[in-house]
Amino acid sequence: MSETLTHSRARQMALPWLGMLLLFAVPFIVQGLGIPSLLGLATRIAIAALAAASLNVLLGYGGLVSFGHAAYYGLGAYTVGILNAQFVSGDLLFGIIPGTNQLWFTLPAAMLVSGLVAVCLGALCLRTSGVQFIMITLAFAQMIYFLFISLKAYGGDDGLLMRRPNIAPFINLHNSAHMYYLAVVCLIAYVLFCGRLMRSRFGRVIAGQRQSERRMVALGIQTYPYKLLAFVLAGMGAGLAGALTANYAHFVSPDLMHWTQSGDLLIMVVIGGAGRLWGPLLGAAVLIVLETMLSGWTQYWQIIMGPILVLVALYSPQLHRRLDLSA
Amino acid sequence: MTAPLLQLRNITKRFGGMVATNDLSLDVHAGEVHALIGPNGAGKTTLICQIMGELRSNSGSMTFDGVNLQPLSPPRRARLGIGRTFQITQLLGEDTVLDNVAMAVQAGLGHSFHFWRDARKNAALLTPARAALEAVGLLPRAAMRVADLAHGERKQLELAVALALKPRLLVLDEPMAGLGPAESEAMTQILAGLKSQVAMLLVEHDMDAVFALADRITVLVYGAAIASGTPQQIRQDPRVLAAYLSEEMV
Repeated sequence: MSETLTHSRARQMALPWLGMLLLFAVPFIVQGLGIPSLLGLATRIAIAALAAASLNVLLGYGGLVSFGHAAYYGLGAYTVGILNAQFVSGDLLFGIIPGTNQLWFTLPAAMLVSGLVAVCLGALCLRTSGVQFIMITLAFAQMIYFLFISLKAYGGDDGLLMRRPNIAPFINLHNSAHMYYLAVVCLIAYVLFCGRLMRSRFGRVIAGQRQSERRMVALGIQTYPYKLLAFVLAGMGAGLAGALTANYAHFVSPDLMHWTQSGDLLIMVVIGGAGRLWGPLLGAAVLIVLETMLSGWTQYWQIIMGPILVLVALYSPQLHRRLDLSA
Repeated sequence: MTAPLLQLRNITKRFGGMVATNDLSLDVHAGEVHALIGPNGAGKTTLICQIMGELRSNSGSMTFDGVNLQPLSPPRRARLGIGRTFQITQLLGEDTVLDNVAMAVQAGLGHSFHFWRDARKNAALLTPARAALEAVGLLPRAAMRVADLAHGERKQLELAVALALKPRLLVLDEPMAGLGPAESEAMTQILAGLKSQVAMLLVEHDMDAVFALADRITVLVYGAAIASGTPQQIRQDPRVLAAYLSEEMV
């Protein structure tokens, strides 16, 4: 038994490194295959995986089913979009904040905005749990969605176009390989950060309250501030993903925050296995590749996608264990 | 006589028209095992929930080492030094036995806003955790997942987790429930070994264990204490015999 244990541990250690190597090799592979358009697909997957990885902090490790995670994704995207619009027009935002198209400003700004909103909404949402938590996160996300629909100054429901992506020294986001590497580096950095975080004492509290809130209370641990910090870190990760998607698509719209987007993120986490470090990447890849293939094949692709997702939900043992549905 | 560690005075808890705890007064002194017995539905678990703060009392006063417990949240009460075991075990089922105790050690070390070091490789957590497992005889099971433990072992782990907090008072909610005779005997031995180190409020149905361990016994019927005294006094109290003990003691 110990032999298989060390064997599986060695495999566990080696797999992420091999995977990361593979991620860095993707631009060369698609070049070699002669299908450079696949790089765009890979970039979309990496960005979605980052958003899903941030949800995984809540859903997978914390057992907190946030059904409004797309709000933070969208807020990150709009931060980039609005800062760019202000930069182009030259006007100050709220009369004090100058617009910018500098990537190294817009990415942290997106994380900051998403993080700040996550502090406020998380502080309220985390006072509930279970089904109420699901509903209230959904409700707040929809409020933000409709706020941006009504925000005519920035395109309303038509969305906001960015003529050019952000700029940074040595990085040209018009170059699809540069865009891909930026997304992949952000994804890997965030996932490794989460992995480290979840093994720390902080992470142990997050995992502990998922398994038994009552136990944590009996140990004298007030779980609320820990959950709130996890909520903020998750919101910031989603904000970063949103900022990347704005730069990738050169376009932001309220659709990024729609509840179906939150649902997609949940599905990605579940497909990949909630609480698995690299699960979100797997989930994002499966969902986006399936969606792309099926929708290219028939316009009724959702008829096929639906049953596949039902099967995933039925046979995903991690889901049942993590969410403790059987208990 | 020194002031009691835990002092309950005229505690009452009502659920609508039902009185679950009726004007109850009770002391637990340092180093003492105070057993709380009574038939099912007497309000023993309700009282534990009141002491731990999961339920608010309607009236009465409750102090721990002179500190008024009533306004404190459940985690605050735990941090004052009240450890607790659950009748239905509340453990981190996906984690290992060692993880569970290490979590308690971690909780005892103050806040957990530490983000970098691997908690599972931190000797400051693992060494005391192993010691607590040793104390209840569970060290050989340290690497096992809790979900794979036998019921009796989970009960032992509950105790190890509570001990790892280094509490001054242990509130034990039926630590023998569901244990076989040999396991009950072993648990009684473990608790007897802890007697001098920590005060205990012991809720238990197993009369052999109660009379072996308790320094004082309070008998609860319909939320009210009908008798309180040494095991000898309780054995001979006619009200207790009538209400509760007769069937089991004959």
